[in-house]
Amino acid sequence: MTARKRHQQTEVLVRWILIGLSAVSILTTIGIVLTLAYETFEFFSIVSIVEFFTSHRWAPVFDPPSFGVLPLVAGTMMIAVLSGLISIPLGLGSAIYLSEFASKKARKIIKPILELLAGIPSIVYGFFALTFITPLIRSVAPDTQIYNALSASIAVGIMTLPMVASLSEDAMMAVPDSIRQGAYALGSTKLEVAIHVIVPAAFSGIAASFMLAISRAIGETMIVAIAAGQTPNLSLNPFQSIQTMTGFMVNMALGDIQQGSIEFKTVFVVGALLFVITLILNLIARIIIQKTREVY
Amino acid sequence: MSIKVNVQNLNFYYGDFQALKGINMEIHENKITALIGPSGCGKSTFIKTLNRMYELIDGTKATGSISFDGTELLDKATDVVDLRKRIGMVFQKPNPFPKSITENVLYGVKRHGDVPKTEWKELLETSLRKASLWSEVEHKLNQSAFSLSGGQQQRLCIARTLATKPEVLLMDEPTSALDPIATAKIEELLEELKKEYTVIIVTHSMQQAARISDYCGFFLSGELIEFGLTKQLFSNPLDQRTEDYITGRFG
Repeated sequence: MTARKRHQQTEVLVRWILIGLSAVSILTTIGIVLTLAYETFEFFSIVSIVEFFTSHRWAPVFDPPSFGVLPLVAGTMMIAVLSGLISIPLGLGSAIYLSEFASKKARKIIKPILELLAGIPSIVYGFFALTFITPLIRSVAPDTQIYNALSASIAVGIMTLPMVASLSEDAMMAVPDSIRQGAYALGSTKLEVAIHVIVPAAFSGIAASFMLAISRAIGETMIVAIAAGQTPNLSLNPFQSIQTMTGFMVNMALGDIQQGSIEFKTVFVVGALLFVITLILNLIARIIIQKTREVY
Repeated sequence: MSIKVNVQNLNFYYGDFQALKGINMEIHENKITALIGPSGCGKSTFIKTLNRMYELIDGTKATGSISFDGTELLDKATDVVDLRKRIGMVFQKPNPFPKSITENVLYGVKRHGDVPKTEWKELLETSLRKASLWSEVEHKLNQSAFSLSGGQQQRLCIARTLATKPEVLLMDEPTSALDPIATAKIEELLEELKKEYTVIIVTHSMQQAARISDYCGFFLSGELIEFGLTKQLFSNPLDQRTEDYITGRFG
């Protein structure tokens, strides 16, 4: 066999191996979607879809059971919004400081510290919320329940802050220096350059970081399971115990439920809904990025 | 003939490296002053001292005196934001903001807030007219500046600078990224602009300096070798090194 022919055969073999490797993740995704879809379909053959989306009570293991998912969605959204109120302004502020104001030396020290925050396991944040943030909130507002949405939201916000800061900073640093100089040469202060030139120019990347932070908050499980409580509650009161979609799922998974039972199927139907919500958010993020992206 | 900017014994350092050595120069009002010299000779560094743009780079230092209409420009107490409004700058590569044409031109007045909103429209038109860009963009003022050609973008950057009503225009090789036709347009424009503004232009091209400037300075290794009327500098240089450079023996 000639060397040339051997090379060609190796090439073909490598190609098939690589296709096989990428197929693993694609097949897994398809498998997950199919499982979710199957169990969801089964669930809706027993419980009406109207009840699922309109009933205000979520009590799948009670007798009689009630399958209104709204309290869980409300809990998840409350965590997403409140944590966003922390991670977005603080993260963007840090990014503006790091990219436009900080000296090279300060950036070298601060950025790794910020990224260290992202490496802390979420269970640590959960206990931090329960043992530090909650007592702090209760010392200001004594009526706050031990398990409450606010404490968990603050912890989720702190956890997602580095993501917003780091990605936004990357986007702002990617704005060419020539544009920055143009703005300074017209007589702008640092703050004006940051707010009127750099942030708008980097908007697509910044918006993407916001969306990722919100998505991450929606999917966050450990912190909310530990600190937010297990009470499905259709309320906007952040001082109360709530339950999120992920919180419910982890609660059920830890409990003693029979495979194939209706309680078992609720885990999948809530999971499917979570999947759809995150998918929609990611699609919105993609559209924003495509519409606002600047090419230099 | 009045002196707009008077530079005396200017030294400039990037860290330990001295990039400008004892520069003296008198820049005349409503004239075009061209600065020539080989790469790395300090001509770009020199114009960056005139609007203190060098402050954006860490570890830089300027000593000596630059008097601008009697104000000491290097004095820390001189407000740099106000200074850059009065001494505008156009860069080597067109650098419009990723905004509409209108937004680009009105950027300065919106920040400085010294022109009432009712006059913005007029300012937009006059600035674009002065940069001889108006007829090409009047029908698409809300389009992105990035939709323009390179030459148009550079004229937009000139219009953007003119809109802040500067007295002096610094231009750092403004045509080096442009084709000959766009270059000719900008050179023509400079002739017009000098009626109202004092122009200082750094250029790589001796022909360009000879064509457009009234005064010319030749830089070499951080020193100003020769400075005087362009006609004289090109026809009868006083220094041997100037003669060698303009006759193309090096550089």
